[in-house]
Amino acid sequence: MIEAKDLVKRFGDKVAVDHLSFSVEPGRVTGFLGPNGAGKSTTMRLILGLDHPTSGFATIDGKPYAELVNPLRTVGALLEAKSVHNGRSARNHLLFLAQTQGLRPSRVDEMLDLVGLRDVANRRAGGYSLGMSQRLGVAAALLGDPRVLLLDEPVNGLDPEGVLWIRNLMKHLASQGKTVLVSSHLMNEMAVTADHLIVIGRGRLIADSATEDIIARGSGQSVRVRTPDVERLTALITAEGGKAILVGDGNGGDGQQAPILTVTGVPAPRIGELAASASLVLHELTPQLATLEEAFLELTSDSLEFGHQDADAQVRLADGSTR
Amino acid sequence: MSVTGATGAIQSGTVQPARPAGFGHLLLAEWTKIRSVRSTTWTLILFVVITIGLTALFSWLSVTHWTGPRAPERDARILADPVGFIFGAGIGLGQLTICVLGVLLMTSEYSTGVIRASLLAVPKRFPMLAAKIVVFAVIMIVLAELVAFGSFFVGSSILHSRVVVNLSDPGVLRATFGTGLYLTVLGIFALAVGGLIRHTAGAVSTVIGVVLVLPILAGLLPSSWGAHINAYLPEQAGSLISHAQQSSSDLLSPWQGFGVFCIWTVLLLAASAYLLDRRDA
Repeated sequence: MIEAKDLVKRFGDKVAVDHLSFSVEPGRVTGFLGPNGAGKSTTMRLILGLDHPTSGFATIDGKPYAELVNPLRTVGALLEAKSVHNGRSARNHLLFLAQTQGLRPSRVDEMLDLVGLRDVANRRAGGYSLGMSQRLGVAAALLGDPRVLLLDEPVNGLDPEGVLWIRNLMKHLASQGKTVLVSSHLMNEMAVTADHLIVIGRGRLIADSATEDIIARGSGQSVRVRTPDVERLTALITAEGGKAILVGDGNGGDGQQAPILTVTGVPAPRIGELAASASLVLHELTPQLATLEEAFLELTSDSLEFGHQDADAQVRLADGSTR
Repeated sequence: MSVTGATGAIQSGTVQPARPAGFGHLLLAEWTKIRSVRSTTWTLILFVVITIGLTALFSWLSVTHWTGPRAPERDARILADPVGFIFGAGIGLGQLTICVLGVLLMTSEYSTGVIRASLLAVPKRFPMLAAKIVVFAVIMIVLAELVAFGSFFVGSSILHSRVVVNLSDPGVLRATFGTGLYLTVLGIFALAVGGLIRHTAGAVSTVIGVVLVLPILAGLLPSSWGAHINAYLPEQAGSLISHAQQSSSDLLSPWQGFGVFCIWTVLLLAASAYLLDRRDA
């Protein structure tokens, strides 16, 4: 379990983390989501004791990171920034880390096998591809069999196979009851990986809830309806306070003849009841889930009301980088 | 590799029950770090080759050019202080490799980012620095004494036809052993500067400036000032120990000078440790 209490970090007059409080529970993958520059990496560095908070504190299983005995046996971290000497081999990198924790050297070979680096273990890490470096980072994080994992942008720059590997690994570790916090600016990646989301923007907490709740909260939630009787259904929905927009005239090539409506403001079950009470025929009634991306933009644009105009630009930038 | 493969390795409980890793484990880890990077080995080889090689070369040149245009003055100097001559050019240049190595041990942690891995493993930070110093000091004292005695024997045997100098002569054993001590402390001095400045180029320039340039600058000051400041400069004070005889103008005895150098080093180390703890990594 990771806890942040009122964390603040200032770099000069720039506030990177702004009174951030949250807790990360074991047994699930918690996504740490925010646009680039939102303060995700800084928050992780504060939790890990690499940076000192300006105020507030962070604990892991109730203790500050620096108080942990053999910390790598409790916490594994994969940082976004490189943390391997280019001239040192993967084996020696893992070996010195194992030695600091009093782990037996054979643990190093187990980790090299786990991440598939055994064949290149004696080569200098400077020659590794991005994917290999990332695997070495994962090996270092898992070296001490930690209960808590912090992964900063672990899928950045990985090929699809690597992305899938990391995703399955995180889910697997969470299923073992470990605490997994994974940061990303890729909302769609988080939608399929994380059970719970902590969303930050400009160093502030924007949302902290289950992934599906955040998606559902998106105002883009709508219902797709096909009916031959567009006028009467539209009137019923308008009378109910909703809004129906004709989005297809029904003469498309998909074999269905009925026109398509997009309804907002009235949930799908209520539309069904309205149609039944008026004996209207429905050919389709499908709730449309907003994507996490839409929900995220919705959330972060709310935070703009507090007067951070250029965060808007950052959100758009992050949005663009997901394409 | 697969996640099912991961399951086995992670779940098999192969990690021993937690027992705090001691300082011995940190020494082992720092030893692994030092020996697993090629630049360390190469710098140490360079140190041995340059120091003993140049000592041999300069001794040989002196002997073969004993009668030359500028010979009398120089020869008088060699005759007056043969040990000072032996530990002159070779050590003077060879020590620069130690300055670079000491600096690199700290700055390479920052330039490569491995400092983050190091501090995640040892978040109290200070034990990591202490272990690094101990491991480096042990390597240095062994190697520097070998180089010091090696230089002495090579130099003295080449000079043998012109001047006879033995370890049993007054002050010679102390000067030779002291040269090894001086080089060891110099390495730690450089390591401390590396930890303070954190950038290789800046730290190497600083250390070399202190060793080579400061004495020259101090020499430009009005006479009595210059002499007093010079005497207490790290390199000037520290290298007093490598002279068998004291010169009448020396303000400090060899051991006092070495003590001054050690105090400089301890102060810089304290500053380095303090900043290591306070700064964001």
